[in-house]
Amino acid sequence: MEQSQQGGARMIEMRKVEKWYGAFHALKSVDLTVRQGERIVLCGPSGSGKSTLIRCINHLETIQDGEIVVSGHRLNDSQKAVDAVRREVGMVFQQFNLFPHKTVLENCILAPMRVRKLSRADAEATARRYLDRVRIGNQAEKYPAQLSGGQQQRVAIARALCMEPKAMLFDEPTSALDPEMVKEVLDTMIGLARDGMTMICVTHEMGFARQVADRVIFMADGEIVEENDPDTFFRNPQHERSRAFLGEILAHH
Amino acid sequence: MGPQELTYLVQGLGWTLILTAMGFLGGIVFGMVVALMRVSSRPWLRYPAIAWIGLFQGTPLLMQLFVAYFGLPLLGFDVPAWAAVGFALTAHASAFLGEIWRGAIQAVPKGQTEAANALGLHSRSRMFDVIVPQAFKLSLPATVGFLVQLLKGTSLAAIVGFIELARAGVIVSNQIYKPLVVFGVVGVMYFAICWPLSLYGRHLERRMAAGVLK
Ligand SMILES: Nc1ncnc2c1ncn2[C@@H]1O[C@H](COP(=O)(O)OP(=O)(O)OP(=O)(O)O)[C@@H](O)[C@H]1O
Ligand SMILES: [Mg+2]
Repeated sequence: MEQSQQGGARMIEMRKVEKWYGAFHALKSVDLTVRQGERIVLCGPSGSGKSTLIRCINHLETIQDGEIVVSGHRLNDSQKAVDAVRREVGMVFQQFNLFPHKTVLENCILAPMRVRKLSRADAEATARRYLDRVRIGNQAEKYPAQLSGGQQQRVAIARALCMEPKAMLFDEPTSALDPEMVKEVLDTMIGLARDGMTMICVTHEMGFARQVADRVIFMADGEIVEENDPDTFFRNPQHERSRAFLGEILAHH
Repeated sequence: MGPQELTYLVQGLGWTLILTAMGFLGGIVFGMVVALMRVSSRPWLRYPAIAWIGLFQGTPLLMQLFVAYFGLPLLGFDVPAWAAVGFALTAHASAFLGEIWRGAIQAVPKGQTEAANALGLHSRSRMFDVIVPQAFKLSLPATVGFLVQLLKGTSLAAIVGFIELARAGVIVSNQIYKPLVVFGVVGVMYFAICWPLSLYGRHLERRMAAGVLK
């Protein structure tokens, strides 16, 4: 783990990032470097800015100050930079956001065909490979509404992987799921982590964090308050707010 | 009322259907343009669409027909009555359908746009592969509802002398002096077309509420 922090090229860099929603200061001078192959878990109380932070990385939100560099592409307002970054970074949402009018397979081939300009045959081959990998290959012809929540989220992961991203962002991917489906999605994510995917996961699944995270980052009120390896973070949180947060989480589990 | 009068009414009905089809098909094409302009982030596209919608929703169809019928020739377009009426109905329908579809486009959950953006899809693909197909389904009940309104609205074309179903009814009734019978038949004809359409619209709405529509 030490190695992955010092080795690896810089994949995602945020420097002095400031984000405002109108008069509300949502990100306060956020600095974050994620190296290739690193797995980051981002946690913190509701409203602390976790979603905002990862949504800035693929420009779903714009920032007011500071800079973000992803895989060598410096994000600015040019569509070219945004496109370049979005080609490298996949995202999985809490609510899946699958396209309901398209089958599982069609969900997976749309962006590779439109953005990467793959032929349909190539896109389908890639899609089937990733659908198999998230163990949902036999449902390729179904519509999202015909699948369980856990299956839908695995399709969403496959859909993002079909773009062959260098990094993946997860925004509470298991929070909308029934408890019995959480594990299948976490297992899929653990598999991805094992294969060396660079990932930032917003999640309160502390078991997952212990198992795969190289670093846990704790946010509160738009600031990164604490940043540590999972062992230290869980056993000996440094900051009063992290202690309070952990206390609350553990009380609920 | 003999077969001759009935034939005359059926001819009128034919024109009613033709006018409706002209207005609706034209309205689909231009309404799509109006809707896309209306949801554009570019003010120079959005504002003309807002004005267009406001103009046609804010004035009576009757007046729109008058303006087209008397106005087009004044502008040097010497067009037959059916073309002037078709022009007015198309413009009218484009504004109403444009507004219906604007609402539907904006009713597609924001997460769909975000997922499309996160995948790197460009605005054209995002709109036509992701948003429009879903908006189309959402808008179906209201679109069918408007079709019924449009079909009934074509009766106003009578005012510029166009012999569609309602006008044919007036003429026949003046000939045989049996207004109740004649307008009874005319009413049944309108009803026979509008009622199933309305039922179909309501059926779509119920299916949508139940979440069956794919
Ligand atoms: N579009 C927006 N407009 C205005 N304020 C917003 C917007 N999005 C988020 N915020 C505010 O910014 C703050 C951070 O929101 P964010 O969604 O990043 O929090 P979070 O840490 O992801 O919380 P949660 O755990 O509830 O998902 C919150 O106070 C929220 O109300
Ligand atoms: Mg959030």
